Amino acid sequence: MPGLEDLYREIILDHYRSPRNRGELPAPPATKTEGFNPLCGDEIVVYVDVVDGTVADIRIDGQGCSISQSSASMMSSAVKGKTLSEVEDLTRAFKAMMSIHESSLGGEATAGEAGADGDALEAPEGVKLGDLEALQGVVKFPVRIKCATLSWNTLAQALDEATAGTE
Amino acid sequence: MSTTDTTADVLDVAAIRRDFPILEQEVHGKRLVFLDSAASAQKPRSVIEAMSEFAENDYANIHRGVYSLAERATARYEEARVAVARFIGAPSAAEVIFTKNATEGLNLVAGSWGRANLGPGDAVVLTQMEHHSNIVPWFQLQQEKGFEIRWIPVGADHMLDLSDLDRLLDGAKLVGLTAMSNVLGTLTPVRQIADAAHAAGALVCVDACQFVPHVPTDVVAMGADFAAFSGHKMVGPSGIGVLWGRAELLDAMPPFLGGGGMILTVDLEGFTPDAAPAKFEAGTPPIIEAIGLHAAIDYLNALGMDAVRAHEVSLTAYALRALTERVGDRLTIHGPSEPAQRGGVLSLAIDDVHPHDLAQVMDEHAVCVRPGHHCAKPLMKVLGVGATARASLYVYNDTDDVDALAVALADAADFFAP
Repeated sequence: MPGLEDLYREIILDHYRSPRNRGELPAPPATKTEGFNPLCGDEIVVYVDVVDGTVADIRIDGQGCSISQSSASMMSSAVKGKTLSEVEDLTRAFKAMMSIHESSLGGEATAGEAGADGDALEAPEGVKLGDLEALQGVVKFPVRIKCATLSWNTLAQALDEATAGTE
Repeated sequence: MSTTDTTADVLDVAAIRRDFPILEQEVHGKRLVFLDSAASAQKPRSVIEAMSEFAENDYANIHRGVYSLAERATARYEEARVAVARFIGAPSAAEVIFTKNATEGLNLVAGSWGRANLGPGDAVVLTQMEHHSNIVPWFQLQQEKGFEIRWIPVGADHMLDLSDLDRLLDGAKLVGLTAMSNVLGTLTPVRQIADAAHAAGALVCVDACQFVPHVPTDVVAMGADFAAFSGHKMVGPSGIGVLWGRAELLDAMPPFLGGGGMILTVDLEGFTPDAAPAKFEAGTPPIIEAIGLHAAIDYLNALGMDAVRAHEVSLTAYALRALTERVGDRLTIHGPSEPAQRGGVLSLAIDDVHPHDLAQVMDEHAVCVRPGHHCAKPLMKVLGVGATARASLYVYNDTDDVDALAVALADAADFFAP
């Protein structure tokens, strides 16, 4: 059986204790989107500032467990300064690592261990997850997967809102 | 003699544990420490066997069948209703409605009594420590009927603050309150509130889901007009609950769900509902589950509900002391500090460690606790927390379980905040 060290990697605890990009952005011009995990009460607030198709700035607020908060912190570092298409690739790569399949980004995520329905997301080629790979151990604890994906789902929703009507 | 020493005297927990097959197993190579009975209790062999024996020998759909098997099944189902009535001090078995769970019972009160009796200018008074099941049905009905919802606040001592009760009750038609908080363990002064409510012309709907399994219950002495609880929290099966209501109220209420079993007659012009309890039991009810609930009541009666309560008071006292000693100042135990004022529900918090993480580490110790908001988000907001890790005690728990909880909690605290 998987041990706790698979779940609580040192880098995860570091992001939990010292979260990056913590705080708020004035909205507008930034977009503010809230995400909830009704099972455990985790709350994530993503503030994202999209300028010329790039995530110019991002802040994370809210409260939750070490997995949800560290995942949000790592995500904020990973997407800051990236273009929207790069963020989309990262999101898909992260979701693929979490073995998540779902009908749409931002929708109700379904833990699909081993892609039960055979339609797990394919990881885009050449995308480097870096620190985010530390969260890979979460898939061994299925009830925690939603903790890790909460911030990514919330970001996807925020970016949808931020770019709505600009295309 | 200290309260701790009496724990073993009140109930023979070692013998009780042998009645619960699930407790024989090990998890992660350790003794299973099940501390989540407030969510759902484990089942003794007598309940499991009563249900399978009934299914093997006596099962048929109830009512109206003329063959002997159907008669036997009907008789057993109605015997279960009588057992429930006796267990809660109901004057008549006809006042006992079998539902799916306590949630359905509370929805029945809102959907039937509430829809027929509430409108603009009326008020429903709830407490801030209600479970969502005694909040959301009233919000749903409020959207349709436009009445006011008022809140009895929770004080700093985690008891209900009744200082403003008279004003809250002015113009109220119903008070909905929990008899025991599923988060804080707080026992509420149901009788006192009921007397005040009745004097103000309001009915009292009690969420007794955490109360009936743990405390001797007399719905009449309590001053309730309705009381709802679930079978699965009182060592019975899931899928069955009970709504008790005073006969004259049930008689005047319209049906809740429509369908077979709840009518006197139907023609192409309309229908005439049957009398209670059939009026509120549309469709095939949880028949096997009623047999299981009867066996659960027999099991609790054999232990004696006074003994169950005494056991939990002393074990809660032990837990409050042992956890504080072992874990120290980092630990917060939400809820009243006096065991006589509370049930064995311990909502735990460690400074700077999220309950979800606490529970994860505690699982390594085979200690089952529940992290989250416990379907009481308004109360969480009052407490100023997002979630707690809840350990809850029942008849099969002993000081070994509490000691294991203390060790696991201390380990979890050290893991995240060394």
